[in-house]
Amino acid sequence: MGWFKRLKDGIQTATKYKKEAPDGLWYKCKSCSETSTVKELKENFFKCPKCDYHVRIGSHDYFDIIFDGKYNELFEDLYSVDFLEFTDLKPYTERLKSARKKTDLTDAITVAVGKVKKRALVIAAMDFSFIGGSMGSVVGEKIGNAIDYSLEHKIPLMVISKSGGARMMESAFSLMQMAKTSAKLTRLAKAGIPYFSFLTDPTTGGVTASFAMLGDINFAEPKALIGFAGPRVIKETIKKDLPEGFQTSEFLLEHGFLDFIVDRSELRDRIADMIHLFGY
Amino acid sequence: MVFLDFEKPLESLYHQLEKIQQVGEEGVLDVEPMIKELETKIRNTRKDIYSNLTGWQKVQLSRHPERPYTLYYINQMCRKFIELHGDRYYADDKAIVGGIGNLDGMNVVIIGQQKGVNTKMRQFRNFGMANPEGYRKALRLMKMAERFNMPVVCLIDTPGAFPGLEAEERGQAEAIARNLFEMAQLRVPIVCTVIGEGASGGAIGIGLGDRVYMLENTWYSVISPESCSSILWRNWDNKELAAEALKLTAEHMFEFGLIDDIIKEPLGGAHTAPEDMAKALKRHIKKAIQELQEMDPDERIEARIDKYSQMGHYERAGEKVEDKPE
Repeated sequence: MGWFKRLKDGIQTATKYKKEAPDGLWYKCKSCSETSTVKELKENFFKCPKCDYHVRIGSHDYFDIIFDGKYNELFEDLYSVDFLEFTDLKPYTERLKSARKKTDLTDAITVAVGKVKKRALVIAAMDFSFIGGSMGSVVGEKIGNAIDYSLEHKIPLMVISKSGGARMMESAFSLMQMAKTSAKLTRLAKAGIPYFSFLTDPTTGGVTASFAMLGDINFAEPKALIGFAGPRVIKETIKKDLPEGFQTSEFLLEHGFLDFIVDRSELRDRIADMIHLFGY
Repeated sequence: MVFLDFEKPLESLYHQLEKIQQVGEEGVLDVEPMIKELETKIRNTRKDIYSNLTGWQKVQLSRHPERPYTLYYINQMCRKFIELHGDRYYADDKAIVGGIGNLDGMNVVIIGQQKGVNTKMRQFRNFGMANPEGYRKALRLMKMAERFNMPVVCLIDTPGAFPGLEAEERGQAEAIARNLFEMAQLRVPIVCTVIGEGASGGAIGIGLGDRVYMLENTWYSVISPESCSSILWRNWDNKELAAEALKLTAEHMFEFGLIDDIIKEPLGGAHTAPEDMAKALKRHIKKAIQELQEMDPDERIEARIDKYSQMGHYERAGEKVEDKPE
């Protein structure tokens, strides 16, 4: 028998006395399910303090981690348009509107120029939170603009990929961004300006099959999903379960498609070294 | 003859024609006027059906089982052709064929996806879905073309790059990306034509060129209508809607400025008069190559990159976009 007995059923406390637990204080790891404070998480480069799981972060978080403090955003004025008047379950214009509202971003990529340990670098970083980081005309154009900026100022370029692939709502226009970005990268190569491709979780589809695989250095965060076809599609095609660790960064490193994997806590140092060793 | 669902009115007319011809063979009746009448009716019905095809109907036509494939066109267009095999790293992909051919006195390298003509061959060709070694074979042949100053001709006909386990292991994405990068700066002219299906990365992996054409009843898109339906509508039943929404026909692609020209097909589709189709294709390819050969290689490469750099639709913030009236 218990020490206390409930005399009245149900919750008796009036709603106005209810105590709210503030949001955003705690983080529960998707990988190990351990809980830590958001403060601890931030101080640990958005990695789980218990298991080092790299939490998906946005373009501005990467800028904060990589650049020496301040940086300048470039080409902020580009917006996607619904040129094809594409409607599936929802019109594309609606999807764009709600994505802009939800993320406070203009599209799935942000470009900035800044310094990493006093060495200049242009970074184009993708945001998965904006329609799955999908590549439409704006993503292609901004990467193109970033390439032009790198060429003009002779500054190395880094692209941080985090994308489900091409943006279906822009149909062939999104497909052509693969050709566009890859074609423009040849100009950077010809000018001898290094291009670093950093692949993060997830990088799939048309993004992997264009600029993400074309770096002078291809490197990735640990345990990121990287591939051409999505795991579900492959599973349906071969009608077999996929092996453990298939399409992870470690898998790609093993098969020769990455130069190395870097922990987020060492990212800034590594990038500074890369710029230095390429003579910039 | 194979009839697609929207060709049903034609099927019954052909049926009637066949019956009347049988009666005619018996020699009792003079069926000549009836046959003439039916043939006119068939022509008109065909015209009616084909003057107003939907996106999905064109997708069906592009997959017509009697449609000519890459090797057919190569054999029709070239007096001589040597097929070359293998990527020199891993294997010979049967879904992409390639080699050197002679196009009316002009030596060219021709590369294209190949589908099979019957069940066994379809499996052998992996339904035109290439693995990384296919794209690498294509690149090897293109680099060879560059060394010997031969123009490159690509014929595109694929439901997509193969989404298999080994394809991922061997770097499907890298193989396609590498082709895009190298094709952008290849020093010889590149002329690409979509002759059937132009699905996504698998198509563009041999599809970046100075001139890109589409046959009239083909499609080019970032995703097949079926897969688009399954992802965006979350079921397989909206492929017709998806085909319309994706605006994937040759007319759309031309209107958007994403391809350079449409090559007319014989009434009823390429398979109804394949020899005529091959002639038209050859004419377009030869003309394009002749024009492109006038240009200096560096100039041609710059023009090629500039062409792709301009593809895309977006607005600048000043132009106001968010509260566009709907």
